[in-house]
Amino acid sequence: MTSTGRRNAVNNVMLALTGLCTVLTVSVLFLILGFLLWNGWRSLDWNFFTKLPLPAGEPGGGMANAIVGSGIMILIAVLIGVPVGFLGGIYLAEFGGGTLPFLVRYTADLLNGVPSIVIGIFAWTVVVVPMHHFSAWAGGFALSLMMIPIGLRSTEQFLHAVPNPLREGSLALGASKTRTIFSVVVPAAKQGILTGMILGVARIAGETAPLLFTSFNNQYWSDKLGEPTASLPFMIYYFAVSPYEDWHRQAWAAGLVLLALVLIANIAARWILSRGVSIQRG
Amino acid sequence: MGQVAVVAVPPSRAQSFTKRLREGDQIAHLITLIFAASILLMTVFLVYELWVHSAPSRAKFGLGFLFSQTWDPVAEKFGALPFIYGTVLTSVLALLISVPLGVGAAIFLSELAPPRISSVLTFLVELLAAVPSVIFGLLAIFTLVPLLRQYVEPFLKRTLGFLPLFQGPAYGVGYLAAGVILAIMTFPFIISISREALLAVPREQREAALAVGATKWESTWKVVVPFARLGIIGSVFLALARALGETMAVTMVIGNDTAMHASLLAPGYTIAALIANQFTEATGDVYPAALIELGLVLFFLTMILNASARLLILATTAKGSRTE
Amino acid sequence: MKKQWFWISLLAAAGTVAVSAETINAAGATFPAPIYQKWFEAYRKAHPDVQINYQSVGSGAGIQQLTQGTVDFGASDMPMTDDQISKITKFKVLHFPTVLGGVVPVYNIAGVTAELKFTGDTLAAIFLGKINKWNDAALKKDNPGVNLPNEDITVVHRSDGSGTSFVWSDYFSKVSPEWKSKVGASTSVNWPVGLGGKGNEGVAGLVKQTPSSIGYVELIYAAQNKMSYGLVRNAAGTFVKADFNTVSEAAAGAAKNMPDDFRVSITNAPGKNAYPISTFTWLLIPNKLDGAKKAAVTGFLKWMLSTGQQDTQAMFYSPLPKPVVAKEEKQIGSIQ
Repeated sequence: MTSTGRRNAVNNVMLALTGLCTVLTVSVLFLILGFLLWNGWRSLDWNFFTKLPLPAGEPGGGMANAIVGSGIMILIAVLIGVPVGFLGGIYLAEFGGGTLPFLVRYTADLLNGVPSIVIGIFAWTVVVVPMHHFSAWAGGFALSLMMIPIGLRSTEQFLHAVPNPLREGSLALGASKTRTIFSVVVPAAKQGILTGMILGVARIAGETAPLLFTSFNNQYWSDKLGEPTASLPFMIYYFAVSPYEDWHRQAWAAGLVLLALVLIANIAARWILSRGVSIQRG
Repeated sequence: MGQVAVVAVPPSRAQSFTKRLREGDQIAHLITLIFAASILLMTVFLVYELWVHSAPSRAKFGLGFLFSQTWDPVAEKFGALPFIYGTVLTSVLALLISVPLGVGAAIFLSELAPPRISSVLTFLVELLAAVPSVIFGLLAIFTLVPLLRQYVEPFLKRTLGFLPLFQGPAYGVGYLAAGVILAIMTFPFIISISREALLAVPREQREAALAVGATKWESTWKVVVPFARLGIIGSVFLALARALGETMAVTMVIGNDTAMHASLLAPGYTIAALIANQFTEATGDVYPAALIELGLVLFFLTMILNASARLLILATTAKGSRTE
Repeated sequence: MKKQWFWISLLAAAGTVAVSAETINAAGATFPAPIYQKWFEAYRKAHPDVQINYQSVGSGAGIQQLTQGTVDFGASDMPMTDDQISKITKFKVLHFPTVLGGVVPVYNIAGVTAELKFTGDTLAAIFLGKINKWNDAALKKDNPGVNLPNEDITVVHRSDGSGTSFVWSDYFSKVSPEWKSKVGASTSVNWPVGLGGKGNEGVAGLVKQTPSSIGYVELIYAAQNKMSYGLVRNAAGTFVKADFNTVSEAAAGAAKNMPDDFRVSITNAPGKNAYPISTFTWLLIPNKLDGAKKAAVTGFLKWMLSTGQQDTQAMFYSPLPKPVVAKEEKQIGSIQ
């Protein structure tokens, strides 16, 4: 074989291999979806959404309290995390450039990289220990810490993307800087900011590690936010490692529900973004 | 009266700030500054809490903690080595699998695939990053572990069993299972960021290579990839940082053994999995402090990796945008 | 508006009628968790204002949470040591035995449905890693006629701090000098070999899914999951299967000589048909509880000592001996 022939052969083989790599990696997503659909779909029933977990071995239990518990803690995380991320992002985008903004950016990146189990430790020392109680507050607080950097970064990014003439025009018309920011710049970036928040929620919805020793778990409805709370990701973990077939079944169902929520949020965020960008351009 | 000052004294910065505050101009500045500063304070507080709560362990064991293999809650003697080993081993294993596959896919997506298909496929891969860890764990327990136990590990034992790396019973769970599931979890990072780095390479580089007669593969492998190598390495660091801190999927398949083993087929522990399993039962002062100290070690590891990754990725995009 | 209706209908469907239930948080041993969950649920149906949230996290975690004050009471299969008790300064811990149970060697061997016989020596040797194949001579000797395969034994133990581990290792310490010197008895021992599962549930799960494996769980976990478990030779030399009667017989001696703080070990008990790896399991109740919680807990304890004991046989545990029940009823009065 000539040198060119050999080189061409290598070319074709290597390029085919890269195609194979792509097929393998992309197919993982479909495998995951497939397995969850196959195992989880058969297990979803009305009981799952409405009943409380029953003692081991008794069929017919559900995860109603876990679904609501997750919802409550995500809500707490949003109530804390969204304002902090949003307003912090405005600070970085509109008043950035000095040492304080640099430090804020750096520590937000740091916070983003902190392993979720370490966030759980921090929430335990700061909320659980003083309260002497596992609680939804602690779980929500831990989740908010994970949400803040995502909200911050996306807010800053999309505010930066707003063209300067918009700001200058507003200021030239006599509006104060504050007015300019909240009435002109933010609305122009609102699609992107919303997207960032949705992605943040999708990320924390599936987190388990920070909840292990903050919200703990509950067999029943938690009647106060200061009580241990059940959560969907925790139940998946707990049921998956157990020996009971009925619990495995429920873990698949819960996995399907959780993944569906996370994927829908991600796809919705993308869709909003793609619409928003074209509106900005037009 | 004295003389009139000729030079106008500019108002002090604080005076002008409060003046502008009253005029409503600086309200946004103040409010947003407070919230932004709270992030800074919270993160500092986090490191502080980790440091303070790990004090009993740091005082008792000193630096030797990092090199000791003993983990004995009853005698209150703790050492971090098996867990640092497990964490690093599983992460390196994950990268050994995901970097070749990921960079290969990134090359395909940036060089070969038509742009629309490339975007769609990249989007799908990025969705993988959104899948929660516990779901990977759920799948791993019921699909990956039996696969490893029944087919892959016996095969490895038959073919490579002379190496201590592949000896011992085929449990299914263990370092290998954790490494494989981590590899799957790091695909999106490698692919997405490497693809960006490759796309940032100026067209002229490719065209120049092709002009002197290189095949597409040669142009890619010998010119484009090296040009983007900083970004690709950055993606590897980022993936590594993610893998080190991964908790749930690893906890569910690592086999939970506090001893160190040479074989990849053996059960072990990572720092994150250990903390997840043992934190709620850590009695006394030293035990929880030892776990928190491990958390601190993990925190520093990921912090250094993340910082290096950001710098590398920054360097690539800056380099790419420079016109040569 | 729609959201509110959804939440309300969820609540209604779940059958929670309690307006202000007293939620009591408890955590601890996985060993008795199935019957505790059943009891707390049954008690809640009878007394809707008392909701006891029990988390099955292992004896070690139960003791720790009680010490930290993050739960109202704990549960453990190993009685608290003096050291552990001294760490709690806010109140004194009262041990209340609840049931008797047996820890069984549960296994998953392809093609073997027979009930295997184990001696203390062989079991200890398996868990020490000295016997590592099913067709080892020692195992074949005790099980003639059973076709034991030439497969590696996968040992499964607990990864968390476990009272069940304490009972298991306590038994080994009594029958195997090598185990006693090398490993010892505690809730967290350094297991020489094997995989770690979290909780009795995790061990059962691992054994169920891993061929050629052996682990140790409370009888109910083996029975509920239809897993094979073996007989163990007791101090009198009989190979005994854990059940209602054999476990009760193991407690006969302790019933007569129960110490005031109820902390005893009944492993390797004398008695012709006593199951050698039996144990009491305890609720760890503070002797000081405030108003509503005190009423709820003392009410539950009284119920547990009378009505609750009737559930034991169906759930593969054994009831408390009558003298012990009487003694406990007196201890309830110590809760202020």
